[in-house]
Amino acid sequence: MKSIFEYDNAQTENYIRPLTVQKYSLKKELQRENLDLPDVSEYNVVRHYTKLSKTAFGVDDGFYPLGSCTMKYNPKLNEEVASFKGFVKIHPLQGKDTLGGCVKVCKMLADSLQEITGMDACTLQPAAGAHGEFTGLLLIKKYHESRGDFGRKKIIVPDSAHGTNPASAAMAGFDVVEVKSNSEKGVDVDELKKIVGDDTAALMLTNPTTLGLFEKNIVEIADIIHKAGGLLYYDGANLNAVMGIARPKDMGFDVVHFNLHKTFSTPHGGGGPGSGPVCCTKELKEFLPYPVVNDGFKMPQNSVGKVTAFYGNFSVMVKALCYILTLGGKGLKEASTCAVLNANYLKSRLQKVYDTDSDRYCMHEFVLSLQKLKDETGVSAIDVAKSLIDYGIHPPTMYFPLIVHEALMFEPTESATKEMLDETADVMLRLYQEAKTDPDKLHSAPHCAVISRPDEVKAAKDCKLRY
Amino acid sequence: MSNYISLSEKDKKEMLETIGVKSADELFKDIPGKIKAKPLNLPDGMSQQEVFDFMESVANENKVFDTVLRGAGAYSHYIPSPVKALVSRSEFVTAYTPYQAEISQGILRSIFEYQTFMCRLTGMEVSNASHYSGATAAAEAALMFLGRKTKVLTFDNVNPDTLAVMKTYIEARGFTLEVLSSKDGLVDTDALEKAADDTVACVYFAQPNYFGLIEDADSVAAFCKSKGIKSIGGYNPTALSLLKTPAESGVDVATGEAQPLGMSLSFGGPYLGFITCMRSDMRKLTGRIVGETVDRDGNVCYVLTLQAREQHIRRERASSNICSNQAHCALTAAVYLATLGKKGFTEVGEACLSNAHYLAEQLGNVGLKRKYKGEFFHEFVTECRGKAKDIEKKLAENGILSGLCLSDDEMLWCATETADVKALDRAVKLVGEVLK
Repeated sequence: MKSIFEYDNAQTENYIRPLTVQKYSLKKELQRENLDLPDVSEYNVVRHYTKLSKTAFGVDDGFYPLGSCTMKYNPKLNEEVASFKGFVKIHPLQGKDTLGGCVKVCKMLADSLQEITGMDACTLQPAAGAHGEFTGLLLIKKYHESRGDFGRKKIIVPDSAHGTNPASAAMAGFDVVEVKSNSEKGVDVDELKKIVGDDTAALMLTNPTTLGLFEKNIVEIADIIHKAGGLLYYDGANLNAVMGIARPKDMGFDVVHFNLHKTFSTPHGGGGPGSGPVCCTKELKEFLPYPVVNDGFKMPQNSVGKVTAFYGNFSVMVKALCYILTLGGKGLKEASTCAVLNANYLKSRLQKVYDTDSDRYCMHEFVLSLQKLKDETGVSAIDVAKSLIDYGIHPPTMYFPLIVHEALMFEPTESATKEMLDETADVMLRLYQEAKTDPDKLHSAPHCAVISRPDEVKAAKDCKLRY
Repeated sequence: MSNYISLSEKDKKEMLETIGVKSADELFKDIPGKIKAKPLNLPDGMSQQEVFDFMESVANENKVFDTVLRGAGAYSHYIPSPVKALVSRSEFVTAYTPYQAEISQGILRSIFEYQTFMCRLTGMEVSNASHYSGATAAAEAALMFLGRKTKVLTFDNVNPDTLAVMKTYIEARGFTLEVLSSKDGLVDTDALEKAADDTVACVYFAQPNYFGLIEDADSVAAFCKSKGIKSIGGYNPTALSLLKTPAESGVDVATGEAQPLGMSLSFGGPYLGFITCMRSDMRKLTGRIVGETVDRDGNVCYVLTLQAREQHIRRERASSNICSNQAHCALTAAVYLATLGKKGFTEVGEACLSNAHYLAEQLGNVGLKRKYKGEFFHEFVTECRGKAKDIEKKLAENGILSGLCLSDDEMLWCATETADVKALDRAVKLVGEVLK
């Protein structure tokens, strides 16, 4: 397939209105020498990107049980609403008296997010989940410092945590301490007791955990952290399991970030834009990034500062609000319930042959360990994952969490149909048999995709990063 | 309930039976009773039609201006129709980050093309796959060089949002951002020389700067090079249709806000931060990067690469925490540049430059003098004889978003290709009426 840079010499000058004022030119020494862009005919542009789109795979194309990513259906209504002229043609620096609609969207969304988590205040500024983590950790840092407590340098994260947790802690200027998991893959409470102290700023936790299990000891854990003077940070990546079922505030958390592009149905766009609002308790409200649009552009007293230009990814917020309005309070709970039901159903069908990491009921996702299969047949998690592609199923998350060997993590979401789950279960059971009879077929999968098993080492060695 | 759940009651019953529970409630038995939630205090769900109508009424509570003469970090441009049509294809919109290269070649290739476009625009050798915004891109570009050296120098003629975000990021890590005063709206090289001590890791300047003025990037870059300091330029990509590139000026890192490349204003986001650099600094670059390789059968293909820098591999030692970025915005920028091409994009730049100079001249004729003498691209500051707020109000009443009031006596104006001579003349006439 040709690259866009291999087309050239077409007419591309009828897009822009001819000049209506006298032409002005910069002095020669301010001008660039040459602008090396292709001139591609419009039809070729359209054909090129249409062709590219056909080698991409979205939620609309098929089952996407990518664990930890909540690849639910992205409603078309929300896309259309977000493209209303009254939203897209609004300059962020218009006078406040001309922005009533935008402020209303922000306020309604923030109020809903606060209700869902039980929290008291909200910023919509962070542009993604990791950006929300960074913001939430800055709130925590400022909270301790405002109390004259400058010794709290440590953030505790479980060994099962998302990689963004420790990375965000480092970005926010903290040291990271890892706490081991117990035999049930929850936080090892005895270990935690040994680690906490007057240098603990916070514990970051995902609940349900990255294993898809509810952290049963959450109340005790919160108590340990709070008694030591630390705060509890909720990584909202797995919120889709508990909307209307359990609220982070009631679990003992002080700060929460959301991924609107997971839980609230906004599309992932091939890697963003997302949106990562942060909600917190009233004790942390005064530290929120400024301005708080959902609170009438308020400038909090002891703000941590700004974390991005303007107010965050507004169009994404519009879509999330549409989702909340469409589902309502009961619908959100129904969504979480069905997400958990779907996960347990798929798990119960797969655990007939595959090792699940736990025999407890899972929440919205679960993890298989293929270590035994690998020992017996040489077929590994990646072989099974890549084989699913040949059946039109997006692979689950591979090799995460790090504490499970040969992990495959499935998250069907509430969008999955029973038919999809049954098909996937049938394919997975078939692959299990094939692993024993024809392992080479799995080693070399996928067989029907446009490419198979790219050489990643070569990519990193050659570093060819542009045409 | 909602159309977004596909399970029928019959499905649910069968599934519960397979799992071996009587009701879905049993699946939540790990949640301690005392933290189970009461019903959410949110309204019941609405039909799609009702949501559509309600949201339309909310959108109508905003004022849409016919003419936009305000920029200051967010720019109104004409977006050719193929851009929206192509990027709205659901394979692009509803895909995840392309971890699974075999079914993500379309996404990976679009990012690879985006990286190429940004390199060609800036003259730099390497581009990342995107950042949240120009402001966060500037902040993370500065962080690339902090460590042993602990200070970043910049100037008060940089967009205040960018300065604020840089301050947040840089100070969070315990480093220092020092903001130097500008002189005549431009980088003050004397101040820079005085401040450039051994602790300075990098210098950040904006091109054009917040006041719209074109900086002497060559001198800043040359001075930095002589001191062993990295120079980072925050560039407006539309200006790069005409303007000397960061590579030509010898700048080490070119970053910026690429919203003008096909993204609507949308009340400030989603926008598109870019970071480009030379190969020598490639491994310090933050964010996703796509590279070319071959597959098992020797087919040329694309994958996420240099992942050893990233959070999911390196955790707390990663170069950044960034995970989801603005991939769909990067796709938009690539399609925008592909559609306009060299000729079309050059015309956009010429229209911005010419319209802005016409507007400045006409405003001058009715009494709004430019505050700074330096050459500019499509933004400029005027003095307002104390009537900035009155001008803003008068124009707003007539459907025109005026320049941004920097104070009662200063406005920052912007003209792009969206306004024609009639619209510009109309605005100038109204300004004249206010000043009378």
